[in-house]
Amino acid sequence: MQEWANQLCENRQFGSKMTDSKYFTTTKKGEIFELKAELNSDKKEKKKEAVKKVIASMTVGKDVSALFPDVVNCMQTDNLELKKLVYLYLMNYAKSQPDMAIMAVNTFVKDCEDPNPLIRALAVRTMGCIRVDKITEYLCEPLRKCLKDEDPYVRKTAAVCVAKLHDINAQLVEDQGFLDTLKDLISDSNPMVVANAVAALSEIAESHPNSNLLDLNPQSINKLLTALNECTEWGQIFILDCLANYTPRDDRESQSICERVTPRLSHANSAVVLSAVKVLMKFMEMLPKDLDYYGTLLKKLAPPLVTLLSAEPELQYVALRNINLIVQKRPEILKHEMKVFFVKYNDPIYVKLEKLDIMIRLASQANIAQVLAELKEYATEVDVDFVRKAVRAIGRCAIKVEQSAERCVSTLLDLIQTKVNYVVQEAIVVIKDIFRKYPNKYESVIATLCENLDSLDEPEARAAMIWIVGEYAERIDNADELLESFLEGFHDESTQVQLQLLTAIVKLFLKKPTETQELVQQVLSLATQDSDNPDLRDRGYIYWRLLSTDPVAAKEVVLAEKPLISEETDLIEPTLLEELICHIGTLASVYHKPPSAFVEGSRGVQHKRLPARAGSGESAESPDTVSTGGVSEAPPAVIPSQGDLLGDLLNLDLTPPTTTGPPPPTSSMQMGAMDLLGGGLDSLLGGDIGGSPAMGASFGAPPAVMPGSFNAPVSGGLSDLFDLGGGVGMPMGAYVPPKTVWLPAMKAKGLEISGTFARRSGVVQMEMTLTNKAMSVMGDFAIQFNRNSFGLAPAGPLQVLTPFTPNQSIEVTLPLNTVGPVMKMEPLNNLQVAVKNNIDVFYFSCQYPISMLFVEDGKMERQVFLATWKDIPNDNESQFQIKDCHLNSDAASNKLQGSNIFTIAKRTVDGQDMLYQSMKLTNGIWILAELKVQAGNPNYTISLKCRAPEVAQSVFQSYEAVLKN
Amino acid sequence: MIHSLFLVNASGDIFLEKHWKSVVSRSVCDYFFEAQERATEPENVPPVIPTPHHYLISVLRHRIYFVAVIQSEVPPLFVIEFLHRVVDTFQDYFGVCTEAAIKDNVVVVYELLEEMLDNGFPLATESNILKELIKPPTILRTMVNTITGSTNVGEQLPTGQLSVVPWRRTGVKYTNNEAYFDVVEEIDAIIDKSGSTITAEIQGVIDACVKLTGMPDLTLSFMNPRLLDDVSFHPCVRFKRWEAERILSFIPPDGNFRLLSYHVSSQNLVAIPVYVKHNITFREGSSQGRFDLTLGPKQTMGKAVESVLVSSQLPRGVLNTNLNPSQGTYTFDPVTKLLTWDVGKINPQKLPSLKGSMSLQAGASKPDENPTINIQFKIQQMAISGLKVNRLDMYGEKYKPFKGIKYMTKAGFIYINWRLLCSSSEWTLAHKNLY
Repeated sequence: MQEWANQLCENRQFGSKMTDSKYFTTTKKGEIFELKAELNSDKKEKKKEAVKKVIASMTVGKDVSALFPDVVNCMQTDNLELKKLVYLYLMNYAKSQPDMAIMAVNTFVKDCEDPNPLIRALAVRTMGCIRVDKITEYLCEPLRKCLKDEDPYVRKTAAVCVAKLHDINAQLVEDQGFLDTLKDLISDSNPMVVANAVAALSEIAESHPNSNLLDLNPQSINKLLTALNECTEWGQIFILDCLANYTPRDDRESQSICERVTPRLSHANSAVVLSAVKVLMKFMEMLPKDLDYYGTLLKKLAPPLVTLLSAEPELQYVALRNINLIVQKRPEILKHEMKVFFVKYNDPIYVKLEKLDIMIRLASQANIAQVLAELKEYATEVDVDFVRKAVRAIGRCAIKVEQSAERCVSTLLDLIQTKVNYVVQEAIVVIKDIFRKYPNKYESVIATLCENLDSLDEPEARAAMIWIVGEYAERIDNADELLESFLEGFHDESTQVQLQLLTAIVKLFLKKPTETQELVQQVLSLATQDSDNPDLRDRGYIYWRLLSTDPVAAKEVVLAEKPLISEETDLIEPTLLEELICHIGTLASVYHKPPSAFVEGSRGVQHKRLPARAGSGESAESPDTVSTGGVSEAPPAVIPSQGDLLGDLLNLDLTPPTTTGPPPPTSSMQMGAMDLLGGGLDSLLGGDIGGSPAMGASFGAPPAVMPGSFNAPVSGGLSDLFDLGGGVGMPMGAYVPPKTVWLPAMKAKGLEISGTFARRSGVVQMEMTLTNKAMSVMGDFAIQFNRNSFGLAPAGPLQVLTPFTPNQSIEVTLPLNTVGPVMKMEPLNNLQVAVKNNIDVFYFSCQYPISMLFVEDGKMERQVFLATWKDIPNDNESQFQIKDCHLNSDAASNKLQGSNIFTIAKRTVDGQDMLYQSMKLTNGIWILAELKVQAGNPNYTISLKCRAPEVAQSVFQSYEAVLKN
Repeated sequence: MIHSLFLVNASGDIFLEKHWKSVVSRSVCDYFFEAQERATEPENVPPVIPTPHHYLISVLRHRIYFVAVIQSEVPPLFVIEFLHRVVDTFQDYFGVCTEAAIKDNVVVVYELLEEMLDNGFPLATESNILKELIKPPTILRTMVNTITGSTNVGEQLPTGQLSVVPWRRTGVKYTNNEAYFDVVEEIDAIIDKSGSTITAEIQGVIDACVKLTGMPDLTLSFMNPRLLDDVSFHPCVRFKRWEAERILSFIPPDGNFRLLSYHVSSQNLVAIPVYVKHNITFREGSSQGRFDLTLGPKQTMGKAVESVLVSSQLPRGVLNTNLNPSQGTYTFDPVTKLLTWDVGKINPQKLPSLKGSMSLQAGASKPDENPTINIQFKIQQMAISGLKVNRLDMYGEKYKPFKGIKYMTKAGFIYINWRLLCSSSEWTLAHKNLY
């Protein structure tokens, strides 16, 4: 630094004689006055020196506009340098002196006729830069000539001039027909002229989004591709960007363009490379995936992208922002290049942060060990922002790569041990997300987290910790004390923390009602009476009313299962991603926003879309189109963001917007709130909660994942009886009996149907195999059920792909609902079915396992269970023996849970395990069971109690079927 | 397209502005200054800054920020590449690119900028075209011009401007025809404490200095072209020929240019030519620490490792060091805690070492930071990737040129993560019962 400064001083002193810095020295007399005299000097040399002084003053922002007439006087000269200098001056000041500027017009017009093409070009170029209406009028004629000049240098300069003129006076350009001339230049013989014409047209088109300026057709594309090979690097950028707007007619054209663009990937200019990547990424979309060339192209894309990362940091930054998009669209391109994204210690912070982001996107089971080792390293660096992001990245790894979760958690715990304040807070925030993703796996670390309670001062971390305490209140002995400690400064907390605290305490109350009544009163009154925040107040009131009218409903709402969070967190929404891929290399791609969101003056920018893949079969063979095209039908559900009412009630307010499994009917975020206000809330506020089964439904049925994630809370005096011990483990899927032949071919003129019933994700399905054993084609299938015990009915038509040819066999899945007409059958689970086809109508009957009617929320509360058990008369109890079952009680419980038979409690008496279980049928009938399992004895005894004892036999059969398979 | 350019020096003054369209007030740079203030280090200023009506895209070179102002959707890489080209041109013209040099040549700078962009569109950025349009200042020419009143602006249309080989002018004449190629490779590697390589990549370039008469057509072939699978070429290289035959065929620009740059990243190809043995210890409760570092060569094919420079950022708790270099000199800056050791050449018989003690702040706990060691060095006459030029042939001209090829390996940054952080015992996630 010192050396540099010295050098600078030296230069200053030295420079005063020999160099241009002498132009900056001023005399006392008044600079302008002196310059004026010099400009009017007779000596050419003196004049030139004076103009140089004027230019020098101009460059540093001094106002030398007063010298305008004197400088313009110097314009008529045959000295090119002097001419150029005067032009420079004119461009800067003509606007402020429009009347004076007219003086220059004559010289301009004359210069446009000069035999030297350099002077012709210079004149037309400078005229275009003078933004004065009077001058532009005079510009039209010379410009028209120059656009058709014999010298390509003049033509290419004139092409740019049209764009300048358009900027000043668009109407004039259109009236004079310059746009058409410009379009003709796309077919010019000189590639440089083509490139400039394309550039000019692109710029004009930006302000005319709907004009057909760049009407690309196969012929003009061919011309552009030819010019692409021969023009300068800048011209290549313009041409490539223009090509990217073209939509090829078919995959063959697409491939041939790709082939001609690929060599650009080896260009030294990174902007050329990125523009070529854009064209390829877009046109690739049209290529069939099984094409060899598709694979070749994918391989060719990786090296140039990697090379961009060894360029200067500014280039790296832009490249990384774009790679971020590319990795989301086509992760396969860079999946083996993880290491190039490792952070170097001398990277600027903006590069480091981007690299981290991409590392997470590329993290997979194969490379996770390496990534974690790196991230752990980063978490000990100096830069706070970077460290925070690194810690967050560890959490994202855990969520993305399930196998790594355990290592991530232990890494985070190590980091918490460092006691570095911001590291601890960041770690707690991400651990909360990990809890959400993997319930009942890592809660053992809660104790460690609680130790750091006092050091949390950031709202996000405090809120995360409160969420954890509330969510796991039943496992934390002093949860009430912990939450109470937060309550003291309630009004000083940020809204985020207040809301969280409110929800957490309500959760705590629902889990441990006896000890925490006072606490919940306190928080409700703080929220509703002492707060000005409407969100907080409203939420407080809702809880209050819920709790006071119907605690069971409150429980259903507050302790509802939360949708899982997935690694898709903070992925760019697919339609936006598609649009951004079309804008690779632009500002839009740097900001990850569509151009319409921020580009000023772009009146109605057209939304670009990736082209659809070619080929006739739109659905089957191209999974990619399905995944992108399917988006509009089933957008990933977005958890309502903070402040959203429903989100709040489900206490999701802490999570970043995440996507979840089951798609809701509408994609927008308002859906939850609308729905709630439409149905749920009215009934809620009306106090009509108890009898309203719509309640649960309007909150969106909890996804059918992991029942049993609920661990037994400890309460009342039942703890000795109800002791489930540790976690139950993950349940297996519901039992599906093997297919049996329902309708033999002999009985149905060649149609054979075999099938079974299954319950998948809460939907009852009839899964059938239809075989055509006749000699002719079948069609026109339809199905109907007779009335049956549980009102089963087809939820949709029978979809059989036609033509259904002889000897063909197809799988058909028919979703069922239970809203059909009811009639008691004998046996209870008998179902009569009629199937019609083009040949005849056939009848058959089959029996379904009653277990498929067991619903997901069939887990009874233990107190309710005890009460119900007592309440049901003993006459209704039936006992059965299940023989030859070799499972222990835990395995049995697990297995049953898969079929929605929930174990509520387990008791061990004299080596005999007693499992207390409940299940609920679709029509709301509860069945309670006591399963006795004696170690070493393969025979189980089961007692069933139900208000409708008729079902017992079928339930027992289901038990047997589930346990033995 | 590019609207305006502002040049800002390290102290935050705008010392030059150039507008290609209408004038944009320099107050737009206030947004840049804000970002500059927020950045902890000068190089941490984000390269793209949005303002309400414009976007500022900047690069930092030679302690000068080149801030381009754009108004519409323009590819940022295009702007950054252009700014780099401006820097290169200044350096080419004035030898250095400093505030002083730019101010000294402000008129030439202005003429150049005007020639390089027209209405924001690049016009002439090739050095040989620019040099025909605007002659670079030399002391001799300045004096001659002053005396004779002649000018340094070319009167003729540059010949290369529109030809199929825009990078070469016609009518080049030399009495000595020479072509030199320098193969320069930089290793960039991260090595962990145990000495195993985490990442290693080679960034290679072939820089050429070609002074040949007329329109020579050159071909350059390699012994092992398979090494080059990730390359960027100068526009003069015929890509088809390379694809088909792995031969570089080109009509070279006149003078200095970068023929190609390449990137070798597969681990097995990258051997690190030096090794470091290091040991740094702090005893708990003591205010002293031991420092021990030894360097040695490996896999250098008998070539000497020269100009070795080791630097390390020591933990903040270190007050001072008392070290003994077996050769070279070392400095420790107690303010920045930067230890630099200028080793010089490594003698394989007597390995250089740096040993001694460090004093720590009294009562401070064991430092838990994570210092790194950076090593820089040069090896002449060797390209570490093993790349070798097979032959250079010239067609199209009759004379016999003098040809020369030079190899060199440099360490860009090799850094060793040298962990003090005790590797904490693996946490076992036993399912403790929290009841």
